[in-house]
Amino acid sequence: MDVTTIDRRRLILSIGAAAGGGLALGYGFFTPGEAAAAASGAIGDYVVVAPDGAVILLAKSPEIGQGVKTLLPMIIAEEMDADWSRVRIEFAPVDAKYGDQSVGGSTTTPENYEPMRKVGAAARAVLVQAAAERWGVPAASLKTARGEVIDPASGRRLGYGELAAAAAKLPPPEPAKLVLKSPKDFTLLGTDQVGVDTPAVVHGEPIFGIDTELPGLEYAVYVKSPVPGAKLVSADLDAVRRQPGVTQVFALDGLAPPAGQQVGLAPGYAPGVAIIARNWWLANEARKVLNARWDESIGAGHSTDVYDAQAREILKGSGKVVSQHGDVDASLAGASKRVQAVYHAPFLAHLSLEPQNCTARPTADGGVELFAPTQVATDTRELTAKTLNLPLDKVVVHIRRSGGGFGRRLMADAPVEAAVIAMKAQKPVKLVWAREDDVAHDYYRPALWIALDAGLDAKGHVSAYRSHGVSFTRDGTKPTTGGGVFQDAVPGLLAGSARTEQSLMPTIIPTGWLRAPASNALSFVHEGFWDELAHAAGQDPIAFRLAHMRARIAAEAENSEEGEPKLKISRLAPVLELVAQRSGWANRQSLPHGVGMGVGCYFSHRGYFAEVAQVRVSQDGDWRVEKVWVVGDVGSIILNPLGARAQVAGSVVEGISHLRCAVEFKDGCTVPTNFPDFDLSRMPDAPQIDIHFLITDHPPTGLGEPALPPVIPAVVNAVYAASGARVRELPLTADRIKAALKTT
Amino acid sequence: MAITLRVNGRGLTAEVPPEMPLLWVLRDELGLKGTKFGCGVGACGACTVHIDGEATRACRTPVGTIGAREITTIEGLHAHPNGQALQAAWVAHDVPQCGYCQAGQMMTAAALLKDKAKPTREEIEGAMAGNLCRCGCYDRIQAAIGSAAGVEA
Ligand code: FES
Ligand code: FES
Repeated sequence: MDVTTIDRRRLILSIGAAAGGGLALGYGFFTPGEAAAAASGAIGDYVVVAPDGAVILLAKSPEIGQGVKTLLPMIIAEEMDADWSRVRIEFAPVDAKYGDQSVGGSTTTPENYEPMRKVGAAARAVLVQAAAERWGVPAASLKTARGEVIDPASGRRLGYGELAAAAAKLPPPEPAKLVLKSPKDFTLLGTDQVGVDTPAVVHGEPIFGIDTELPGLEYAVYVKSPVPGAKLVSADLDAVRRQPGVTQVFALDGLAPPAGQQVGLAPGYAPGVAIIARNWWLANEARKVLNARWDESIGAGHSTDVYDAQAREILKGSGKVVSQHGDVDASLAGASKRVQAVYHAPFLAHLSLEPQNCTARPTADGGVELFAPTQVATDTRELTAKTLNLPLDKVVVHIRRSGGGFGRRLMADAPVEAAVIAMKAQKPVKLVWAREDDVAHDYYRPALWIALDAGLDAKGHVSAYRSHGVSFTRDGTKPTTGGGVFQDAVPGLLAGSARTEQSLMPTIIPTGWLRAPASNALSFVHEGFWDELAHAAGQDPIAFRLAHMRARIAAEAENSEEGEPKLKISRLAPVLELVAQRSGWANRQSLPHGVGMGVGCYFSHRGYFAEVAQVRVSQDGDWRVEKVWVVGDVGSIILNPLGARAQVAGSVVEGISHLRCAVEFKDGCTVPTNFPDFDLSRMPDAPQIDIHFLITDHPPTGLGEPALPPVIPAVVNAVYAASGARVRELPLTADRIKAALKTT
Repeated sequence: MAITLRVNGRGLTAEVPPEMPLLWVLRDELGLKGTKFGCGVGACGACTVHIDGEATRACRTPVGTIGAREITTIEGLHAHPNGQALQAAWVAHDVPQCGYCQAGQMMTAAALLKDKAKPTREEIEGAMAGNLCRCGCYDRIQAAIGSAAGVEA
């Protein structure tokens, strides 16, 4: 029989696994009488083996293009010695037994590597045990390879498919007794493997959230105020109702989240008007006659130019001290050279290519079923249950592939809206945001402003490093989501003395995590200023960094409590040294006129990256990144090199988009509306990229983010090298470069 | 109004207003969801299809303007003269990350190769510049088009 047609929810009737960080191996048995039970074997919560030897592995975490739907099952397959060419992958159901089914912060690899290995090793152990019992030989005498158990003494072999039914009935092995492979014996991990959905993608199969199809499905838009959270004053619902194809129109009051919290991260949803129609275009057309008026008064004054003026005023004073070492004031006073600058990184939007959407269907038991392209399947389920006041078991979430995430889908706002609308309409509804909705209702990377003041001693060493950052707050005390993390970055950490101060301005603009949150702005600021310090000291920017790092490495050796995932300069310096070699940094003076190299290095999300960018700048200030050299240390093994290189290349291209974009606000409303308002990287903007991984003796970590932060300062520093223009504000426009040329 | 379209070699009829964009007729009325919605304003290329062999933005094409012309979508790409070579190259290079832009990328690439069997690197860049990939797969798109065309990319 074909296992692929079996309903997953019935097949995987298993008992807890991977809950709470530790691994309890669950075992799945078929309920008596099920046809599937007779013919195939579910081994634990993740593995199903069909009688013909085909294997289904469940991917527990959402796929947003970062490759974990391929990678997590690869880890299982490696330890169980499955034949990868006969493995099919499906998303796991959203269930507490799979732990937190979310993806963000490049945590999927570090948090799941060992647990998934144990899942695979456990499956292998019971398959071997089943063979041992069949043959009457000790399990320890048997081997496995490519989906078979082998008895080396007799040469006998049994395929996993022939053993599955017996193996599925065996008690689970004790996790402590599992024997994991030595990584040197890996045959699958460490090899290039094509993404498991790639064949479906190239044939246009409907695998994305937005492609969900259900019987009787109708299509919705949800019209909200341009000012976040503003209430509806009036709207012409009747006019909308008369539009062709419209089946239902209703206004929703919304549900405010607890004070100081944001919809999407806490129970609640925004007020708005739902328009449901026979197809999505008709629903979206009908909004043209809605004529909605909102009470937008809460937005007054929340404009980017107002924020900018406020921030620069605040930077004249001092902020709350969040970390310090040494006597910065004394060192600044005694410095032989002072360097001061103000940097600014603007608000940014996520702009995943698949707009926010979710399909929801009321269920017969009074609950709701969601088909969600999300990064947070577990939270989506919980927030939906809390918002609708339903018990958790009445909310079923199916993970659908996401057309990009970049942190946007860490917010469950669209899925919760879809659930609320479907429940009110009492029919299956696909909610799709127009691109204009997606731009207007993002959780933006918060802008920040940082004033820096550093002192160099007589030897050109940074003796003092003061940074004062201004970002936003929602509740008056804590920084708003995705911002205000003014942690010690490299220059401060390496300086003789340092002080980090923070000031927060109130905002109503929704903010969130954008790929490499905080680091994507802080790298620009600190690594740009570091470059300024090197030039002020009259030194090569890489040699200058390395000289400062060496002293710190000695201190780290004595001070060993700085463990993972904390920054270790002893891992940052080698990637910097290597990128200098690979890029031909020492010969950069021979580059043609108008072309320069710049460097950035950064630690984020447990990964260490150093990057050199070669940039051409024209007389008019137009710039193009010609080549980027990347060296990264993400541990002892690159689990899927093909996917790993894609993540790094994508990070570089996205870093260049960060350099080119900004989001403006006017009285709480987002000014840009659609893609033409963003100068996103296109194919002609993509540089040549040289990628190298430095293999080190550390556990493997994730690659969704850490390669992104360094490219931003590398490009800005290269523009300086190429043209002499020191740009301290993004986006990096030709006008800014020309203006900087006049003042530097 | 009943409108009949020629899609991937078949005649398909939908009861829709003539000003409705082809994109939404394909996706919501004809059940062909391989063609993707990205922006609705012709700025991302996610909705690219062929009309009589020419790469066209389905989000900006009122369905009433198409008439009897032949529409090819990603679901029909395999029958295009370059379709299977492109699909094989896309898999070999593992071009997609999230994959959402790829239908549009491949349709644009197929139209390019029909006009220019051996495009240069710059010609590929020029032809593909209207197709946004937010995941940044551009190096592999470039390489895959090169291999499908049998040229060094
Ligand atoms: S959806 Fe048609 S170009 Fe973007
Ligand atoms: S692969 Fe994600 S947008 Fe291109």
